[in-house]
Amino acid sequence: MAQKMKRRGKGAAGASPSRAKVHLRLDVNGETQEVAFAPHKTLLEVLREDLGLTGTKHGCELGECGTCTVLLDGRPQLSCLVLALECEDRPVVTVEGLARGPRPDPLQMAFAELGAAQCGYCTPGILCAAKALLDAKPQPTRQEIREALSGNLCRCTGYIKIFEAVELAARRMRDPDAKPAAEVLHGRRV
Amino acid sequence: MMRLPKFRYYAPQTVTEAAAILHAEGPQAMVVAGGTDLYPNMKRRHQMPTTLVGLRKIGRLRGVKGSAARGLWIGPGTTLTDLEENALLRRHYPGLFQAIHSISTPILRNMGTIGGNICLDTRCNYYDQNYEWRRAINFCMKCDGDICWVAPKSKICLAVSSSDTAPVLCAYGARFHLASKKGERTIEAKDLYKRDGIHYLTKRPDEILTGITLPPAARFRSAYRKLRRREAFDFPVLGVAVCVRFEGAVVGDARLWLGAVSMAPVEAKDAQAALTVRPLTDETIEEAARLAYPLAKPVDNTDFALRWRKEMTRHFVKEVLREIRQT
Repeated sequence: MAQKMKRRGKGAAGASPSRAKVHLRLDVNGETQEVAFAPHKTLLEVLREDLGLTGTKHGCELGECGTCTVLLDGRPQLSCLVLALECEDRPVVTVEGLARGPRPDPLQMAFAELGAAQCGYCTPGILCAAKALLDAKPQPTRQEIREALSGNLCRCTGYIKIFEAVELAARRMRDPDAKPAAEVLHGRRV
Repeated sequence: MMRLPKFRYYAPQTVTEAAAILHAEGPQAMVVAGGTDLYPNMKRRHQMPTTLVGLRKIGRLRGVKGSAARGLWIGPGTTLTDLEENALLRRHYPGLFQAIHSISTPILRNMGTIGGNICLDTRCNYYDQNYEWRRAINFCMKCDGDICWVAPKSKICLAVSSSDTAPVLCAYGARFHLASKKGERTIEAKDLYKRDGIHYLTKRPDEILTGITLPPAARFRSAYRKLRRREAFDFPVLGVAVCVRFEGAVVGDARLWLGAVSMAPVEAKDAQAALTVRPLTDETIEEAARLAYPLAKPVDNTDFALRWRKEMTRHFVKEVLREIRQT
């Protein structure tokens, strides 16, 4: 809070337009919030620093890793390369907004159940990208999943478990009792 | 952590308004649409515009109009994803579709625009680095320094034209519409580019790209093929675009352009001549590949071993021409 006050003070003192803060309404995870921030801040910086939504991760900052992916206008976009001031009245969904009330999204459940995260740093971005895929294509092929997630780097898993988790979530959305295939849990018999 | 430098931001609603701002602010102002090329550059302190003119709110810059028979008008502010999903483009301009589909990743295509890809900054291993890295080598002539580290005797910057759409649009004979406070003008796609890694566009800083027109697709067949290390993210290390009009069994008109081998797209004129007024046979394809190959003069400032990159030109030219023959 003290930090916020300090920044606000600095903004008010600055005469140049680049120093003045912008005040606008952001629609994040279905809630409209009034936010004041410096105009050069990216959506990622505003989400993490001004709204306290640290689920969205800070990676390469240059559009080369995908970990900061959020849904903007329903499409996965990189929050590190979007100006927050261009997001007024556009719906933003972060990983925190995927759950429905207390129930995690089927994707989140499947990722947890199948161990589709190791260090987990890429997971929020991958969940958002996968969410957009399943919204558009409820029954994607493995190739479509690979392509939809090709902008999200994971340095731990080798991707197979991630693809399997997305496939399980897609099946669960049609049949809540769907079980993972035996080979997903125990490996393929050689 | 890399933050964007400070700037003034304007979000005009019309091209006229945007042009007036650019005119008033001078060359220190830049336009931004998707931001996927400019913002990383700003974070690495390559470009530090004091004023940014966001084009998002100008509806006139988005969309696709026309038909395959009359030709298409494409708004430069249209996202690459929207163009990928356009049935007309996919069916009648397959070369452009392939180029767009090959750009970066689906997430970046949701953000980036075709205008941004057309005006994409040239790239080089000694330039596309953060500020500290570049300072450690005392910078290069493209930004903050005065030497070219790829070819220290070179008087001009050798950074590479890395746009996927540029060679295809040159091959189509597309036209670009530019607007500024002083008026509007239309140029051939190929005339937008200059063989200079620093001043790589003939577009003035106060001009805005306001439209792209593609000629009627009726009798053209086109294809694009791209060399890169990964199937996603990577910029082209070589791009081959071809556009061929058949007259009966023979080639009436052939256009072959190479991308990512120089500071601008390169027209393979001899190869084009070798293909014209002859049927497209294995022999003419071989001949075209032989004539196009020497034009690729890559320098050691992107990915892969130099000699292999050059050798690939021969194979990629053959592959796109065979693809054309099959379609």
